Amino acid sequence: MTAQSFLQIMLYLVVLLALVKPLGAYMARIYQDEPAGLNRWLASFEKLLYRCCGIDAKQDMRWAQYALALLVFNLLGLLAVYALQRLQAFLPLNPQNLAAVNPDSAFNTAVSFATNTNWQGYGGETTMSYLTQMLGLTVQNFLSAASGMAVLVALVRGFIRRNSDGIGNFWVDMTRSTLYILLPLSLVLAMLLVGQGVVQTTNPYQTVTLTEAVSYQQSTLDATGKPVTEIIKSQQQTLALGPAAAQIAIKQLGTNGGGFFNVNSAHPFENPTPLSNFLEMLAILLIPASLCYSFGVMVGDTRQGWVILAAMTLIFTSLVFVTVTAEQSGNPLLKVDQIASESQAGGNMEGKETRFGIVNSALWAVATTAASNGSVNAMHDSFTPLGGLVPMWLMQLGEVIFGGVGCGLYGMIVFAIVAVFIAGLMIGRTPEYLGKKIEAFEMKMAAVIILVPPLMVLGGTALALMLEVGKVAVLNNGAHGFSEVLYAFSSAGNNNGSAFGGLSANTPFYNLMLGLIMLFSRYWLMIPVLAIAGSLANKKIVPAGAGTLPTHTPLFAVLLMITVLMVGALTFVPALALGPIVEHLQMTQQVMP
Amino acid sequence: MLNYFKPAVMLLLLLTLLTGVIYPLVVTAFAHTFYADKANGSLIYDAKGQAVGSALIGQSFTQAKYFWGRASATSPYPYNAGASSGSNLGPTNPVLVTAVNARVKTLQAAEPSNKTAVPVDLVTASASGLDPHISVAAVEYQLKRVAKARNMDENKLRELVNAQTETRQWFVFGEPRINVLQLNLALDQATH
Repeated sequence: MTAQSFLQIMLYLVVLLALVKPLGAYMARIYQDEPAGLNRWLASFEKLLYRCCGIDAKQDMRWAQYALALLVFNLLGLLAVYALQRLQAFLPLNPQNLAAVNPDSAFNTAVSFATNTNWQGYGGETTMSYLTQMLGLTVQNFLSAASGMAVLVALVRGFIRRNSDGIGNFWVDMTRSTLYILLPLSLVLAMLLVGQGVVQTTNPYQTVTLTEAVSYQQSTLDATGKPVTEIIKSQQQTLALGPAAAQIAIKQLGTNGGGFFNVNSAHPFENPTPLSNFLEMLAILLIPASLCYSFGVMVGDTRQGWVILAAMTLIFTSLVFVTVTAEQSGNPLLKVDQIASESQAGGNMEGKETRFGIVNSALWAVATTAASNGSVNAMHDSFTPLGGLVPMWLMQLGEVIFGGVGCGLYGMIVFAIVAVFIAGLMIGRTPEYLGKKIEAFEMKMAAVIILVPPLMVLGGTALALMLEVGKVAVLNNGAHGFSEVLYAFSSAGNNNGSAFGGLSANTPFYNLMLGLIMLFSRYWLMIPVLAIAGSLANKKIVPAGAGTLPTHTPLFAVLLMITVLMVGALTFVPALALGPIVEHLQMTQQVMP
Repeated sequence: MLNYFKPAVMLLLLLTLLTGVIYPLVVTAFAHTFYADKANGSLIYDAKGQAVGSALIGQSFTQAKYFWGRASATSPYPYNAGASSGSNLGPTNPVLVTAVNARVKTLQAAEPSNKTAVPVDLVTASASGLDPHISVAAVEYQLKRVAKARNMDENKLRELVNAQTETRQWFVFGEPRINVLQLNLALDQATH
């Protein structure tokens, strides 16, 4: 790794961690309804919203009510995105006259955006009208993120409250997350991105005249119906445009990750400069990292939040170095100059952009899979085997190393509950976390939360590889083809959305399979989390005693990291051995399948 | 259930209005007021006022007198900015190795006297298929060929290249690079 790479990584971490406290404190004030500027200036607007919707903001919901409100709201959002895609041909703001999206792809995309997965089975610029992008996808970018934040806040209330039936009001948590956190941050980021060159327009695609004409072959049918290839010469280039900046801002901040264009953040109109890349990377981990501090503030002990953040940051940073080193080492099968120098980034440049080079592509890959963001600025399918293993494993860890906005932290809190349980077994005491006794019900729910994603990932991969429809979609043969399928199910089963793009997943089989898995993984985590919240809120708070395991210490951070890594390693190492690890050995031996 | 339905429908509608209509339109208005050029794709115009490309999107070059850019995996032709795409070829895929070898051969055939190793970015496909840049090493590799094809003094050409080289943004971010289209346009202008 070069000194320059090291500098860019450190700068990223320093700026990110410096923003955690101010934003975390602000978000805690928003959720605790304390004055934080914006929530006082817009208070009457917020009240007006509730009045129009017939919402009683004072209603304190039981966990089942909270879950039902969430499900109904997300279901409606899903239906709206589906309807927009199916009807876009008849709706305005469709300058390219794009046709209706076919039903299975529309279902997959609707689920994908409603569940904060943002898996892309389609190519944005050739599929979605401007209206669908704005009213459907941009909106769900906000609302799915806000749903995750709402569930987190409800869980935190479970720890704070005592002998209480309620865990808060879903409508209020939803509205405040959107209005006071996601919307203002997106507005600022979108404006900064436009300044770097991200497009934002409702004009149709632009045609320009090329300096050098391109010629290409096209197969058509002649008058008698026989296939012929004709050579077409063209001096024109069509530039796909659109209202991208607004969507990209929330796509990153809300850990969504669905690109405006097919190649996502590798597209120069989505991510034109190294600075836009830095800002977008910052946006990806900003809210998930800051929420750790908000959590600490809300439970009345900021050390509890710092411990979780420390565990996340340590795992993240070590994996960044693994990926950067793997990518910088390059591909021994290519007999070209891959040595990093002042005049080139070197390394494995297949599927990477020159302006980002190795370090920014690798750092991005790790950040987007640590958070459940799933956007790409380089093609992960073309990463070296070990460089691709890290993003895949980060998803398989359950999206808890930062994770999605809200959902990453509630996932990590569940792991913390498991960690205190394991420690409790070792010291022979009833486990407690933040003053609440962890009992059979919480452990059962935690087990469901931890077991559902691996079941979806491994079960789905196994099924796909047994069926012909699953296997024909693979682009690269051999171990890498297995990795493509495993990566897809790891992504859907953990609501990430990142892809090994070689897999032709826009088929009825994959659209339906992955769609159902995204739904299942999202809600069979959210519902048990809310159940834990309800159960905890009902309990009294036990004061810490001599046998209580302190959860604000470095020791606990280590225990938490071990728990996450052990579960992730034990579950997935066999599968990873069949894919990236075999391929790594093949590559170093210079064997091609 | 019905108790949840009305708030859900209304809240979805109002938040859609806020985040799906008002928000993007505010950003669009801002963009068109302060960055009209960038918001519409950073277009480059020639002397006659005709759009000849975007400063952010690469174009395909194959003639010896032009610098060549990254390989592009878009279909049906390279640098199709209406359908961005990477190759998605895995590192051990024989198709990748064959393609890279073929590109190396093409470069060497265009300049048989050049025996230096080919910089990796020049013979690998970019992520977007639209990468407008190549590394400084990739320009240096092609410099003699272009100078010869244009009958141009090498040092003069190098000066032109240096003027087009972008350093790391704010001296830290990204990688040093050169915009191929802009360099070639500047070349055409200088030799006319």
